[in-house]
Amino acid sequence: MKVHVNMDICLLHGQCVIAAPEIFSFDDNGDLHWVEVIDDSQVADAEAASDACPEQAIILG
Amino acid sequence: MAGPRITVVGASLAGLRTTEALKAALPQAQLTLIGDEPHAPYNRPPLSKEVMESFAGGDTDETEAFSKLLLRSKLMPEDASIRLGVGATGIESAGVRLADGSLIRSDWVIAATGIRPRRLPLPGNEDIRHVLRGFDDARALAPMLQPGVRLAVIGAGFIGCEIAATARKLGLHVTIVEPGPQPMMRALGPRVASAMATLHRRHGVTLLTGRSVEAFKPGRVFLDNGKEIEADVIVEALGSLPNTEWLAGSGAELSDGVLVDDTMRAVGASSLFAVGDIARFANPLFDDVPRRIEHWCIPGQTAKRAAQTIVAIEAGETPEPGFAPLPSFWSDQYGMRVQAFGAPALAETQTVVEGDLSQIGEAPVIVEYARDGALTGVIGLGAPPALIAKHRARLMAALTPKETA
Repeated sequence: MKVHVNMDICLLHGQCVIAAPEIFSFDDNGDLHWVEVIDDSQVADAEAASDACPEQAIILG
Repeated sequence: MAGPRITVVGASLAGLRTTEALKAALPQAQLTLIGDEPHAPYNRPPLSKEVMESFAGGDTDETEAFSKLLLRSKLMPEDASIRLGVGATGIESAGVRLADGSLIRSDWVIAATGIRPRRLPLPGNEDIRHVLRGFDDARALAPMLQPGVRLAVIGAGFIGCEIAATARKLGLHVTIVEPGPQPMMRALGPRVASAMATLHRRHGVTLLTGRSVEAFKPGRVFLDNGKEIEADVIVEALGSLPNTEWLAGSGAELSDGVLVDDTMRAVGASSLFAVGDIARFANPLFDDVPRRIEHWCIPGQTAKRAAQTIVAIEAGETPEPGFAPLPSFWSDQYGMRVQAFGAPALAETQTVVEGDLSQIGEAPVIVEYARDGALTGVIGLGAPPALIAKHRARLMAALTPKETA
């Protein structure tokens, strides 16, 4: 599964980093990073992160 | 074999997420999602900020504005029967009674009916008094927010303060009347609340604390100290009331929302669940006192929990014990984010661990909250995500679920 974050609407709430820390992280500058291709074992976490995003900025596909 | 009939009342974030989780885990379930608003489930936080601003600007198409709020749904049209624009009026042994008289026969009922704004029980100025909870409220209020207009906000909770901040940005004259000593005092504690008061005043808001409204006269608001303020628009932002009247007679404990156990099952009504703003439950991260929590993350968390419980019961299993979500909330005011984790409201002491509250809005501040010497929460004010994440991790380590009686 592919993970994408629409940075035009992301407001850096960080809920994805809480829901799926193996996929989403902040660097020391506060920029969001994410794993772009995940395996099946991470899909549930990615969906939880997507649901937890107040801006609906996470696109899975 | 036909699956259980499950009715989710409230086409809200909590209602939608519960329905999705049930569909995923119980594909054979016969799901009905009902909502009293005509709108499909949507996201509310932007209503006091982005939506208000774009509507006030006058150039936004309503359909386009709503489409940005619409919650992306995993439900396919055949997954659930969705009935919008009709509320529930009661619960009976056979199911849920709707305002149009129909009965939705149900084996399980999930209450996700949320909250509504409290109104001042005073007559007058009805034509200019607004509240903000739903999309239609925003649509009615926003066009009034024009430069130079005098806005009186009654109540300095998060909604009132966000509206005030948005209105200042739009060039209105803003007065806030707050009965308590500081804005957002209960949620933020006195030190941060006092700093937030400074922030509002620095941005030109007339903030009257310790004052309440005695009466309305045309275009004027009379306060308890005999003073009056002139207003073209009034917003009542005095907190909220849970929408649980329809559950009267269900056996559930409804003194403040719906009392539920740690599986979201209503105490006293075994086929009823409650999720979202109306669910009152104890969080073992803090203590055994049941509380309602009006934060954005709670609907998603309680929805999953309720769905897991029903799935377990349907499978003849006992639901896994323990439900201890880490509370989290945020508010955006004057371009500064207040980001909280844990339960600052339960704390007795507040300690600034990074920055300086006199620099609020200009430099990051981190405040720690503690009770009996133990951390209960942390708040960042204009703090970068990585800094907040560091303190959140420290809080998580300090919070361990406590044994409940």
